[in-house]
Amino acid sequence: MYIIVKPDKCSGCETCIASCPYDAISISSGVAFINEYCQLCKACLAVCPENAIVEIEDTPSSTHTLPLTDFKGVWVFAEQRGGKTASVSHELLGIGRKLSSELQTDLSAVLFGAGDSEADELIKWGADKVYLCTDTILADFNDDTYSGLLSKLISEYKPAIVLAGATPVSRSFIPRVAAKLKTGLTADCTSLEIDKKTKNLLQIRPAFGGNIMAAILCPDYRPQMATVRPRVMKKGEYDTGRTGEIIHVSADNLISRTKVLDTIKEVSELTVNLHEADVIVAGGRGLGDVKGFKLLEELAAVMGGAIGASRAAVDEGWIPYSHQVGQTGKTVCPKIYFACGISGAVQHLVGMQSSDIIIAINKNPEAPIFSVATYGIVGDLYKILPLLIKKIKEAKGL
Amino acid sequence: MKIIVCIKQVPDTAEVRINPETNTLVREGVPSIINPFDLHALEAGVLIKETMGGKVTVLTMGPPQAENALREAVSMGADEAVLLSDRAFAGSDTWATAYTLAAAIKKIGADIIFCGKQAIDGDTAQVGPETAEFLNIPHIAYVRKIEEVKEGYIRVQRLMDDGYDIVESSLPVLLTVVKELNVPRLPSLKGKMAAKKTVITKMGPSEIEADENSLGLNGSPTKVKNIFAPQSKSGRMMIDGAPEEQVSVLIEELRGLKCI
Repeated sequence: MYIIVKPDKCSGCETCIASCPYDAISISSGVAFINEYCQLCKACLAVCPENAIVEIEDTPSSTHTLPLTDFKGVWVFAEQRGGKTASVSHELLGIGRKLSSELQTDLSAVLFGAGDSEADELIKWGADKVYLCTDTILADFNDDTYSGLLSKLISEYKPAIVLAGATPVSRSFIPRVAAKLKTGLTADCTSLEIDKKTKNLLQIRPAFGGNIMAAILCPDYRPQMATVRPRVMKKGEYDTGRTGEIIHVSADNLISRTKVLDTIKEVSELTVNLHEADVIVAGGRGLGDVKGFKLLEELAAVMGGAIGASRAAVDEGWIPYSHQVGQTGKTVCPKIYFACGISGAVQHLVGMQSSDIIIAINKNPEAPIFSVATYGIVGDLYKILPLLIKKIKEAKGL
Repeated sequence: MKIIVCIKQVPDTAEVRINPETNTLVREGVPSIINPFDLHALEAGVLIKETMGGKVTVLTMGPPQAENALREAVSMGADEAVLLSDRAFAGSDTWATAYTLAAAIKKIGADIIFCGKQAIDGDTAQVGPETAEFLNIPHIAYVRKIEEVKEGYIRVQRLMDDGYDIVESSLPVLLTVVKELNVPRLPSLKGKMAAKKTVITKMGPSEIEADENSLGLNGSPTKVKNIFAPQSKSGRMMIDGAPEEQVSVLIEELRGLKCI
């Protein structure tokens, strides 16, 4: 679809200009003109007093005559670090299985730089086939080698859909694959469905920092590619009896112009992968002091969670940037998010508002964090948290 | 060193709201800003120029008013500014945007291309790596530190979920950067004067010798089907009372949800 202004109807009143979040409308020769910044948000449609702005459905593109039906099957890129597959791979196999059942095709995983035992695991998690390259050149992540081999495999086996996790690794190299193959790629999807009529993949993603959702299609190109946020999809069913096929692929002729010299884990008691944590205990300026994080660590320990922080706490120097949640930090969606002494600036909310359960503790009853909280507690966190930790310990028999 | 910094003018997303009645974006008085991550990209480029010599060209694709973003970048240390603006670019997705930027970069020429890790309106993080692919050069995403840069060589730290990697690359290279990399400078008085005087180079499809079929909406593999407001979650609950009561109620709720 796209948005146009009917010049015969437009009165040049400029009402639409103020409505456009993207500065995409200007007046040219007395009528409104929608330029290349248009993101199809349709804000202008609602405000035009002349109904001069209309939405046009796409005409099927005639320039591409790709035999789309040649492309079959659902692929999942299963990423590994240090030889172990990331748990987002199991989630991808969960949604991949659903999509492949609807399309009545196979579900395959692609695994680079790990061994047969990890490939077997992927079969137990739901894959019918695993395309496995065990070559050590793929042990470290380099964009050239990963994008080179995945593009080659896609060209050879022609899957209809390719999914990957929205992780640092896949968000870095998957775009190269899409560019190389000339196909669409949708980032950070939170929901994937098959369009009943066209059998196209409907890809839903948040934009504008979660303020709006967009449904995206890739109708004329294959494969349809998407990265999926960790912890959004349900894992596949783990079945130790499931059998599948491992297809070994070679890494011949792969070269990399980049080289990983060293991998440094930033080990601290606090450093748990925020993207993968079930529970995140986050603190903000309301902690008042770096010591507040000690209390949060205690709660995180009893809940089996990780530590997050608002930008304010990071700027105060109480905790490293790697813990920052929000627009300029990480986007997380754990099962439980404790926001302790976080007022809830929009920049923070966009990074955590899709969490399942949000528990906010803040002194100020007017704090915006309460507008997204599942449970809101107005009070002194230094009184609430020690009690809470004690009660949870009792409940868990610790 | 020839350096290109790609920037994007974006609405300040923190100010954007949905009108619940019409389900559309409300944007009264929402300012346009340079994408925050791009400021770190610009700073990185200017720092390299200051130590090694060379030139920083700032590049954007957008409507005529994106000129403001380019002038702001000049006030913060860029030497030249290029604006890609044409009707043919309208409706570009990440593929078509990267194709267009790469065509322009080929014309301008660069040893290092800097981009922010993502733009705050779309949050895709795809345009940088896709641009590198179109240029057939390597890229390193999520750069948090530049350890060494010399003729034909660069070594950086790449931020990962569990720490960081030390990665080296030949030049030319495209880097996408995170906020940790540096603190962007404020515009200087001298920079502001330069920004006023700078002549912005404008380029369209013919100047960058682009294939028309790869531009704009027509060249974009992805299509937006529709846009809607996110469902707001129901079941909000404020827990009142003394701290002991509040904690007891919360514990019961969490127990009910099988969270503890």
